[in-house]
Amino acid sequence: MILDLERFLARERPKWDELDTALRRYETDRFYRPSFEESTRFFDLYQHCTAALGRLQEIAQPELSQYLEDLVARAYAQIHSVHGRSRFRPFDWLTQTLPQVFRRQWRAFVAAGLLLLFGCSTGVVLLSIDPAAKSVLMPFPHLLNDPNARVKQEEKDKGKRLNGHQVAFSAYLMTHNISVAFLSMAAGMTFGVGTILMIFANGVDLGAVCADYIQAGQGTFLAGWLLPHGVFEIPALLIASQAGLLLAGALIGWHSRVPRIDRLRLIAGDVFTLSMCAALMLVWAGIVESFISQYHAPVLPYSFKIGFGFVELALLIWFFARAGSKPRGSTSRLL
Amino acid sequence: MNGPRLNLQIQLSEGVRFAIPLAGPVSRYFAFLIDICIISALTTAFQILTSFMRALQQDIGTGLLLVFYLAAWLLYGILSEYFWFGQTFGKWLLGIRVMDSAGLRLQLHQVVVRNLVRVVDLFPLFGLVGGTSMICTRRLQRLGDLAAGTVVVRRSLSTGMSGLDITRGRYNSFLQYHLLCAQLRQKIAPEIAAVALDAIRRRDLFEDYARVALFNELAAFFQSLVAFPAEETEQLSSEQYVRNIVEILFSPVAPRPKTHDLPTRALA
Repeated sequence: MILDLERFLARERPKWDELDTALRRYETDRFYRPSFEESTRFFDLYQHCTAALGRLQEIAQPELSQYLEDLVARAYAQIHSVHGRSRFRPFDWLTQTLPQVFRRQWRAFVAAGLLLLFGCSTGVVLLSIDPAAKSVLMPFPHLLNDPNARVKQEEKDKGKRLNGHQVAFSAYLMTHNISVAFLSMAAGMTFGVGTILMIFANGVDLGAVCADYIQAGQGTFLAGWLLPHGVFEIPALLIASQAGLLLAGALIGWHSRVPRIDRLRLIAGDVFTLSMCAALMLVWAGIVESFISQYHAPVLPYSFKIGFGFVELALLIWFFARAGSKPRGSTSRLL
Repeated sequence: MNGPRLNLQIQLSEGVRFAIPLAGPVSRYFAFLIDICIISALTTAFQILTSFMRALQQDIGTGLLLVFYLAAWLLYGILSEYFWFGQTFGKWLLGIRVMDSAGLRLQLHQVVVRNLVRVVDLFPLFGLVGGTSMICTRRLQRLGDLAAGTVVVRRSLSTGMSGLDITRGRYNSFLQYHLLCAQLRQKIAPEIAAVALDAIRRRDLFEDYARVALFNELAAFFQSLVAFPAEETEQLSSEQYVRNIVEILFSPVAPRPKTHDLPTRALA
């Protein structure tokens, strides 16, 4: 035991306290930008404390070591975390990061889209083979009725059914769909099984509904009903599933030499971006579904609703294909 | 709880390596239950506060309530962990916090992802999936932690050396034997000294019989290394004997008397 602890403490403690004070400043304000002198001093203090920790570990001083380990770990986190110093800029995130991430991970989106198409085809085939299976295939009870009868009723009703409930209905749609989208993303952690099942099941529902209305000759009503909100809602589900498939891919790691923990760490930022994108799209879809989709002719002409849907679709395609393709000044990561 | 399996090992580029104890499933589960209670209280309070609005504008009031429910469940964990050093109120009460698995700063995307994936961890009931994942992974990570690259650690409860009265104010007669003290310092390995100090720190946590047995064993071990004169030791309990030894090992060395010539320290 060759260390005079009291003298050691008297000499070192002021530096530990100084580092602790500096750390509190960094931790309180996550975006604090120190001057060059402050940074240099901070790094000196960190190295000094690290050296003191090494010395204390040699003489097995558990109490003091624990205190210093905590201090050094906090300083280490501040020094080595190169990301996250920039303030989050929602506009840049929306117009740059989001479309870039979508394009970077396009394969997962295509895979989700193909799975949805497969589900749709299955729904169409199942309903054609066994029309009695409608009770099993339809996602909501009001879709069990004859499509012609429903269209007649809706057109006669002129949207009175929803009057005075649009906000609550819209909020219900948003919260429900966002929960489903997040579940689809999170289910990627089941090696993708949960995500695949969710996309497929939604595809079957969608295919069965479309087949039922088209077979009944209500294609225009169907397009006017689904397009205004569907062009956002369905891609949002696909984007959430895209995030889920990314997680699954990182978890499985086919032919990858990168350790699993690093694979997951690499895509975590993209998973976050895609999930938030899906949530934002579903907020819009909820508003449109409640205030536009549920109002049919003669209140809102089908041509207007279908046209509105196509305009939205065109803007959405342009956004994901072109937005953020030209770098804007700073090349630093936004998140 | 100090086995290598339950620690987050951090190797600094400066060559120093240390371990941060990981939080176990039980403390995490209780922290989560506390958080559920808080979220439920928040949503109930919001429901009561907006009841007046719902009476006037039922549509808007119900819509707000639905959005608040989802926001409270999602944002409570995200915001508190991001802005409060990886803690929610439940975690703070249980003395645990979330941190990056590489020891870096916790990022917003990590906090969001780990909170969103919780829905799978809770599946099918009582967090069975998350609990199983914690048991099966080296760093006690649920699926959300794996996805986000985070771990949950126990907060440091270090109080420093100041609060510890090693000798309980009694005169340590061993200190007058400078030569023996010096021999003791040289012969005792740091790990053994730390064990003795730890035994004193935790003495109130032991059952009486276990405490007596532990200090008997430690005292016998120290006696086998350096034998202090019998007149100094015969009136001492084993615990006080160990306390005297620990004071010799950890306290600053007194100025060397002229009659004794052994070098007893070297400031590192």
